[in-house]
Amino acid sequence: MSIHVQNIAKRFGHFVALDNVTLDFPTGELVGLLGPSGCGKTTLLRIIAGLESADSGQVFLEGEDASAAHVRERQVGFVFQHYALFRHMTVFDNVAFGLRVKPRGQRPAADKIRQRVSELLDLVQLNALANRYPTQLSGGQRQRIALARALAVEPRVLLLDEPFGALDAKVRKELRRWLRTLHDALHITSIFVTHDQEEALEVSDRVAVMNQGRVEQIGTPAQVYEHPATPFVYSFLGAVNLFHGRVQGPHLQVGADQVRLDHHGFETGAETLGFVRPHELDIVTDLSERSGIEARVERVLALGATARVELTSVGHDQTGRFFEVELSHERMAALRLDTGQRVRLQPARIRLFAPEAPPVELTA
Amino acid sequence: MGVWTARRVLPGFPLALGYTLIYLSLIVLIPISAVFLKAATQGWESFWAAISTPRVVASYQLTYGVSLLAAAINVVFGLILAWVLVRYHFPGRRIVDALVDLPFALPTAVAGIALTAIYAGNGWLGQWLQPLGIKVAFTPLGILVALIFIGLPFVVRTVQPVLEDLETELEETAASLGADRWQTFYRVVLPPVLPALLTGFALAFARAVGEYGSVIFIAGNVPMVSEITPLLIITKLEQFDYPGATAIAAVMLVTSFILLFLINGLQAWANRSHPGGTA
Repeated sequence: MSIHVQNIAKRFGHFVALDNVTLDFPTGELVGLLGPSGCGKTTLLRIIAGLESADSGQVFLEGEDASAAHVRERQVGFVFQHYALFRHMTVFDNVAFGLRVKPRGQRPAADKIRQRVSELLDLVQLNALANRYPTQLSGGQRQRIALARALAVEPRVLLLDEPFGALDAKVRKELRRWLRTLHDALHITSIFVTHDQEEALEVSDRVAVMNQGRVEQIGTPAQVYEHPATPFVYSFLGAVNLFHGRVQGPHLQVGADQVRLDHHGFETGAETLGFVRPHELDIVTDLSERSGIEARVERVLALGATARVELTSVGHDQTGRFFEVELSHERMAALRLDTGQRVRLQPARIRLFAPEAPPVELTA
Repeated sequence: MGVWTARRVLPGFPLALGYTLIYLSLIVLIPISAVFLKAATQGWESFWAAISTPRVVASYQLTYGVSLLAAAINVVFGLILAWVLVRYHFPGRRIVDALVDLPFALPTAVAGIALTAIYAGNGWLGQWLQPLGIKVAFTPLGILVALIFIGLPFVVRTVQPVLEDLETELEETAASLGADRWQTFYRVVLPPVLPALLTGFALAFARAVGEYGSVIFIAGNVPMVSEITPLLIITKLEQFDYPGATAIAAVMLVTSFILLFLINGLQAWANRSHPGGTA
């Protein structure tokens, strides 16, 4: 079922949680709502579920205005970060809850309920734990039970609020792969909220990046990662190096140094912010090279698939700025860098934004 | 071997147990045994005579009946009060919260006099109830009002922390799964709160059984109608009938112990049937 939210606004006192948000969630897609804490993503999810009411704007479920409908009537499955399992009920009773509270006419017979719960427990691979209590389960198991419970009532939409937020790194990875497989099997329209960009990019069909109550960009993971629409999206979706500079024809002048630019829409003399991902920077040790920004090597970390180099700027007007470069081990071996060495940084790709955009925070 | 000699990680078991037994003996067991010893100084016939006169039996019925009723009423309204204090934020919430403890702090005689003044035939509330044929002061109904008053904080204060631990997300989940308010209450909210509610009930009941100060002012103390057992004990003491007073006291002690023991059993059962409830 498709979801459409139209001009949703919500304030908490003076804090604007949602500022005129309009978004489309097409049928059968798994959409990630991504943003830093306080950006309004959870509030939006709760408004779609009917757990919170918007100050203005509407929620359409399958084209129908559901803004006034109670959460009971919206047929949404909601999964909380901290599972919200009923602690006094067994796993079985938790999953059966939604079926047992149905009005007498619609309530399935006891053996039908047993069969349905058993199917769901098979789906989340926890049938062996049907008689356990939630406190006897691990975090990952609890979240799978919470999901099975939400699916029991055959919701038209599945809403997940930071579903893996309380789990440790390994279980998180496992569960998100599992969620993706589950979604491919069920094709139920789903929205999940996360502040973890890796999680959003890996699991979602599409990602909506939110900041300060607004949607900054919506697109496929590849689109938002490769072509960020705003400086915020750029810096939120991964590590980034920032260069303040002035456009000089086909060059960007950064302090005393300059780097080559590809075609760009800026006029000569325009102040801009250049964004470069760590893997898009190369290091040259020959300081007589005309192109490239001079920097000092501070630390070399040769762990994992790629090697990382941390540097600081040395230009007189940018002293102390921090850069991060990702190189292959082969390139690293060829360069033979020493701590304290002066080098030049050459971006293979640089993305320019006008500086009037609000200053962005670098979030790892 | 066993409990006494096994090495344990938590230190101080013999000391702690010794302290517990001595303290409990000095404060509770020895005074209570004195009651039984004193009561036993008389013969069986006189003991039986002291505890089985119609007037005394009527007072047992009144004391235990009204105490149970008051505790039951407090369970219902105390739960609602605790619920409102935990779930809603409204101006003056802290003041209401502080008011709940007032029956604890107020000398019970003051409470009794205040209630009597209000509910007497010419009091603020009494004058409106009187024409409707409802007499509160100087009747068992007045005793009920006084016992509800003094028992209220017990239920509120035992239930409140448990409700605070109960995430609103549980109720939201229940609603999203299609449960209505009533189903959410008795399937999701009530089971985890039940043990605390029973504790509150037991405390309010125990307090009501032993209450003296507030009741004697409002009860009117009519023999066979509105005379509570603690008053009978005092009356006998004033007549220097110590064996008679201790005989009735012994009956009260045994009865109260049995009832509290039963309530504790009920509580253990509530805990066992919901093992996740306190985790």
